[in-house]
Amino acid sequence: MSPVKKYPVLVALVLGAAFMVLPFFIVLMNAVKTPEEYSSDGPLSMPDGVYLDGLADFWERVDFGQKLWNSVLISGSVALLAVVLSVLSAYAIGIGRIRGRPYVLAFFVLANMLPQEALVYPIYYLSKEFGLYDTRLSVVIVFTVVQSAFGTYLLSSVLGGFPREVIEAARIDGATKWQVLWRVVVPVSRPTIGVLMVLFFIWTWNEFLLPLVMLVSDDNQTVSVALGVLQGQRDMDATMTNAAALLGVLPAIAFFLIFQRTLTRGIAVGAVK
Amino acid sequence: MTAVVSKDAARPAGGSGTPSRRRWRTRRGRTHRTSTEGSYALYLLPGGLAFLIVIIVPFVMNTGISFTDWSGVGTPEFTGLENYDRLLGDDDFWESFRHSLAMVAAMALVPTAIGLVLASALFDFVGKHAGSRWVAAVRACFYLPQVLPIAVAGIVWSWILAPESGSLNELLGAVGLDALQQDWLGDPDWALYSVMTVMVWVQIGFPLVIFMSGLQRVDPALHEAAELDGAGWWRRFWHVTLPQLRPEIAVVLLWCTIAALKVFGMVYVLTGGGPGGATNVPSYFAYQNFFENFQAGYGAAISTVLTALILVLAVVALKLQTRAEDENR
Repeated sequence: MSPVKKYPVLVALVLGAAFMVLPFFIVLMNAVKTPEEYSSDGPLSMPDGVYLDGLADFWERVDFGQKLWNSVLISGSVALLAVVLSVLSAYAIGIGRIRGRPYVLAFFVLANMLPQEALVYPIYYLSKEFGLYDTRLSVVIVFTVVQSAFGTYLLSSVLGGFPREVIEAARIDGATKWQVLWRVVVPVSRPTIGVLMVLFFIWTWNEFLLPLVMLVSDDNQTVSVALGVLQGQRDMDATMTNAAALLGVLPAIAFFLIFQRTLTRGIAVGAVK
Repeated sequence: MTAVVSKDAARPAGGSGTPSRRRWRTRRGRTHRTSTEGSYALYLLPGGLAFLIVIIVPFVMNTGISFTDWSGVGTPEFTGLENYDRLLGDDDFWESFRHSLAMVAAMALVPTAIGLVLASALFDFVGKHAGSRWVAAVRACFYLPQVLPIAVAGIVWSWILAPESGSLNELLGAVGLDALQQDWLGDPDWALYSVMTVMVWVQIGFPLVIFMSGLQRVDPALHEAAELDGAGWWRRFWHVTLPQLRPEIAVVLLWCTIAALKVFGMVYVLTGGGPGGATNVPSYFAYQNFFENFQAGYGAAISTVLTALILVLAVVALKLQTRAEDENR
């Protein structure tokens, strides 16, 4: 390929990538400006210095530490519990090859595809009846089940290709099904389980509709819900909006950097497997 | 939570306590135990029960509610198909589904098309001439919006698109294009296009990642043969890459279409369905009926129609996926 044709494409790709991350830079630039600087120079100027009081004010005003903790607690619990639930179901489907397996699998996938709009009102109503409304536990329960639908589907297809000889050998050595699961199947499937936990954590972190409906009190809200509600009410000024955006973006970028490899691999596995 | 506690129920009856390695050996060769430890189906019990309670019961309830007139309190009054009859004549309902089509364009068609060109350009040019580190960096930039909470992405964009001192308008002003400045989200003529553009930005990383991993599967010999025959980049893209990626394209299109039908968060944060319903979508329309208008029956009918549509697409997607898997084997 001639260099004349090569470089325009490279430049175009890099420009495209820069355009994708431009919004993040604009947010970063403006989140560290003073309100005076912002109103006199507008959003496009470079900041004169680093001014963090706006961020600190916003943090305190919305009790952001509590929101972060709620998000971590909910997403972490869901990641863990949903993986356990997925492993159990997938063991029956992928290794146990129970009867009607394709139908059971199809059922799990369809359950995962259901729009939450079709569940949200009865869940809202039932959780009120059972005293679970506006508790973090209710959200954990719902998302554990929703995420495990995907986990069961993915793990079942992975476990379907698990070498039978390994299981047979363990069985002949006298291991029960329960022992085979935790001492053979789970350790060998660790890479897939890791991908699932990361996906569950981030998906739950980003969920919006159900937490919006279920978590009404300030103390229980997740980062997504708290910021979304603030924005929906449209009572934030420019400085607050920037602080909100930056504080919302930072955890996502952190996860992204930590889990990048797992994530890109996991998405590809999840979609085509 | 209950599901995790009940996993103990799946513990084999004979295996109480913590079985040690020694016990494994002493039991060598004994197989009659199988009858006492239960079948594999037991392991499906926690998941099955949890599904019954969290998914099936609410889903059946929702469908039931759609046949009633109910404000959310008191006893629902059975009205048969009245809600569905009302839907057929409700312009807002049809408009919300027209906006869904716009979302399908913005979240499935456009990102798939751009993703295909980007993925093969990245693969062919950057991969071969600049190294895999650059590929990873560029791919990461495109993928980043995918891990962002939708509410946060909404905040970022609503501020960039703000009519006064929003970055986009400021930028247009700075380069002398004041005439193009708009109230991007507040003008009924522009709001839908603005939301669509933001959704393209959000969505594009997904097809890119899928197609890039798909390209690794394509036999390089095919490209080499085409190149020897004198085919340029576009011809090879059209005649080699596209046909080879057919399974991935089908899957991405269907999954993205389903995601587009479910759009809620971005509309909630960016426009609240406005101005004047110009960006309303079915899921937001259902939400409004549930929680703002207190017409749970009508909201349930809307979400039931949406669900039926999505389930049909999901079944098609599954069929295609199984076929693609079989071909790969």
